[in-house]
Amino acid sequence: MRWITARRRRPLFGYAAVLLALVALGSLYAAATGLGSTGNASASSGSSSSQITEGKNLFAVSCASCHGEDAQGSSVAPSLVGAGAAAVDFQVGTGRMPLKETDAEAPRKPPVFTQSQIYAIAAYVASLGGGPAIPSDQDVSTAGASTGLGQSLFNANCAQCHNYSGAGGALTAGKYAPPLTQATSRQIYEAMLTGPEAMPVFNNTTLTPQDKRDIIAYVEQTRSEANPGGFSLGRVGPTTEGLVAWLGGIGALVLAAMWITAKRREERTGEIR
Amino acid sequence: MSTTQHRPLQMPKPLAKQGGELDDRFHAAKGVRTLLRKVFPDHWTFLLGEIALYSFIILILTGIFLTLFFQPSMSEVVYHGSYTKLDGVRMSQAYASTLNISFDVRGGLLMRQIHHWAADVFLAAIICHLLRIFFTGAYRKPRETNWLIGLGMFTLGIFEGFLGYSMPDDLLSGTGVRIAEGVLLGIPVVGTYLSFFLFGGQFPGNEFVARFYIIHVLLIPGLLLALVSAHLFLMVHQKHTQMPGAGRTNNNVVGQPMYPYFAIKTGAFFFFVFGVLALLGTFAQINPIWQVGPYTPVAISAGSQPDFYMGFLEGSLRIFPNWTWDIGGHTIAWNVLIPALVILGFLFTVLGVWPFVERWATGDKSYHNVNQKPRNAPTRTGVGMAGVVFYGIMWLEGANDLIAVHLQIPLYTLTEVARYAVFIGPVIAFWITRRICIGLQRRDAAMLEHGVETGIIQQLPNGGFAEAERPVTPEEAAELIELPPPSVTEVRSDTDENGLPAPARRGLAGRVQARAHDYFVEGISLAPPANGHTNGHGTNGHGTNGHNGHGEVESGERAAIGSGPSGDRADDEA
Repeated sequence: MRWITARRRRPLFGYAAVLLALVALGSLYAAATGLGSTGNASASSGSSSSQITEGKNLFAVSCASCHGEDAQGSSVAPSLVGAGAAAVDFQVGTGRMPLKETDAEAPRKPPVFTQSQIYAIAAYVASLGGGPAIPSDQDVSTAGASTGLGQSLFNANCAQCHNYSGAGGALTAGKYAPPLTQATSRQIYEAMLTGPEAMPVFNNTTLTPQDKRDIIAYVEQTRSEANPGGFSLGRVGPTTEGLVAWLGGIGALVLAAMWITAKRREERTGEIR
Repeated sequence: MSTTQHRPLQMPKPLAKQGGELDDRFHAAKGVRTLLRKVFPDHWTFLLGEIALYSFIILILTGIFLTLFFQPSMSEVVYHGSYTKLDGVRMSQAYASTLNISFDVRGGLLMRQIHHWAADVFLAAIICHLLRIFFTGAYRKPRETNWLIGLGMFTLGIFEGFLGYSMPDDLLSGTGVRIAEGVLLGIPVVGTYLSFFLFGGQFPGNEFVARFYIIHVLLIPGLLLALVSAHLFLMVHQKHTQMPGAGRTNNNVVGQPMYPYFAIKTGAFFFFVFGVLALLGTFAQINPIWQVGPYTPVAISAGSQPDFYMGFLEGSLRIFPNWTWDIGGHTIAWNVLIPALVILGFLFTVLGVWPFVERWATGDKSYHNVNQKPRNAPTRTGVGMAGVVFYGIMWLEGANDLIAVHLQIPLYTLTEVARYAVFIGPVIAFWITRRICIGLQRRDAAMLEHGVETGIIQQLPNGGFAEAERPVTPEEAAELIELPPPSVTEVRSDTDENGLPAPARRGLAGRVQARAHDYFVEGISLAPPANGHTNGHGTNGHGTNGHNGHGEVESGERAAIGSGPSGDRADDEA
């Protein structure tokens, strides 16, 4: 103390104090948001207590009204104990949570939280115990993945709800499998891991991490590839094709038939032979 | 008349010489001349069948191209072609060769797409053509046979389309074949045998693509070609029907000659059809089997629909309740049997017997070469609309999952509604249509009686207002007049000497027929007005009328056509 007291009126002291404060603030910020940590896994698993606190506060404001004060669930929402960070990242990251209204299906919409806030909530939910962690960049990297294998796996496991092209489809009682046009590779991975809503869980023994990466590679290539045959007609199969055949095909030809018949040469006057 | 009708064709000399040489050998000049002078009536709806014919020609041409590259084999290969997304995937040779056609054969994808669009347009045109024939009563005597031939071609076309759709062995088509297998299995007693026979063992086996292929490229096209020829031959031989109008009677054909007018027009229309199909094939992607993936019995995709012409069967399967009986360990699968086979059979049976039912009910045994306006046969039109609604609801249900998602209606709600609508809808449609028809007839009758509203309001000297009306012109009247069907007494003509119905007519069958007759002929009698605005009295009887100056008239077979029993009757009526 005397050392500080002796030097605190030095001109440089002010600069040193500001520098120290900045470093401290920066470190705190980095710890709170998960920036600077390696990968996202640390954000969810090795989360600092301040992050968990922030997450708990956000949870209390935006989630607890349905999921309960301690995420223990209620009559309208499931318990999140053991749900895991991946589920939070998927549900909040795709904007499905917080729910706007209770309906058969929670629609995808722009997320209301920043990514760091989502990580904080995820850290809080993960701290309640168990559940899959948010997959790392490496987990979801499609480098070297086989789209061919992914195709077989996709058609065997995913297409019955999401359609062969990932265009989505109807489920019972107003539920639906959403189209896979917007989901990021991490979100697809998380969905398989956690099974949101009506979707089954494909854990790492059902579909190995490599299987999941193959599927992601297949989905990403399918949605980004061009349609060599012209307009895609929504990639939903023969229904739109039938519509086009009637409206574009028969419709156009009927107009042509009307036009070609309207162009009648002047009728001749004559008598019956 | 007309100078044009009998004007000899001016042939260049060398051509005429060649023609002479040919005629020396084949004696074809007379027939060809008759054909070139054949008169065809003109109406845009008469081109609907032509759309089907020309699509069929394009189907054959593009189909021949595809056979050169398609390999109808189910032996398994590992794909290493230019569509790298599926690299290393196991698939049948049929699927691999379809990928090859799509990505490696020059023009292959275009040909595939034109072929598929042509198939869709072919069947859509057949449906439109069928509806036109039905609603205008063009199937009436003497054309019942051609109606049945047409129905045969429609059925064959549906199967032909289904087989072609199944051959690439992709996930969608394999699902369709799987359903077909289920339908076969659903047939009591012989179902399993039929299924094993078709697939050469357990589904999917290694056989069905090769079998479907030979049926698709040889058997059914051959049958279709034969039936198309018969259809066209009968059409030419019996002459095309014409729409009601001035100077058009049951004893003549008013229109334009085959050469040059009709030949040029129909030739141009071929290129319209070809052009539209080529545009569709170029710009609209159809059946992208590379996205769908190869068939494997363990997989299925959401949104698995058949092509549209099978859609009503898909829909009837989807809405039918899950009814099964278990009789001594043998399952009767009503849930498949009824929607797939009974409903298909019902629809085509009704269509097939309809001309005969109508003839039985109306007692109308006369020749008809002039079409009826739909309004002038209210019951028929009502039944037709009921059929359209019945078909349409099942058709929509075939895509109920897409409707559910895109209109945000819960899937089961949709199914539940359709289960009732499929019964209630046709009844409502029948009733409304019939009333509309009779209403339109009333308007026509009013026009014949009172004239046409001109929209000109005149102020009367006393200050009142009145709308000026003008009498209908003879041309207008000819389009409106529809002589009524024979009266009920004529139908039940077997009366005894006291004028009482014969014993056969007093029985249940006789009474049913009498009731049916009353119902069928209900409507307004659109007879010519008595004030002589038209001189078309009895036009339908003997073809004597005062305004035959429109178009060229073919009357070569007048005697034959006019010899039907209608002649006397029409005279009596008039």
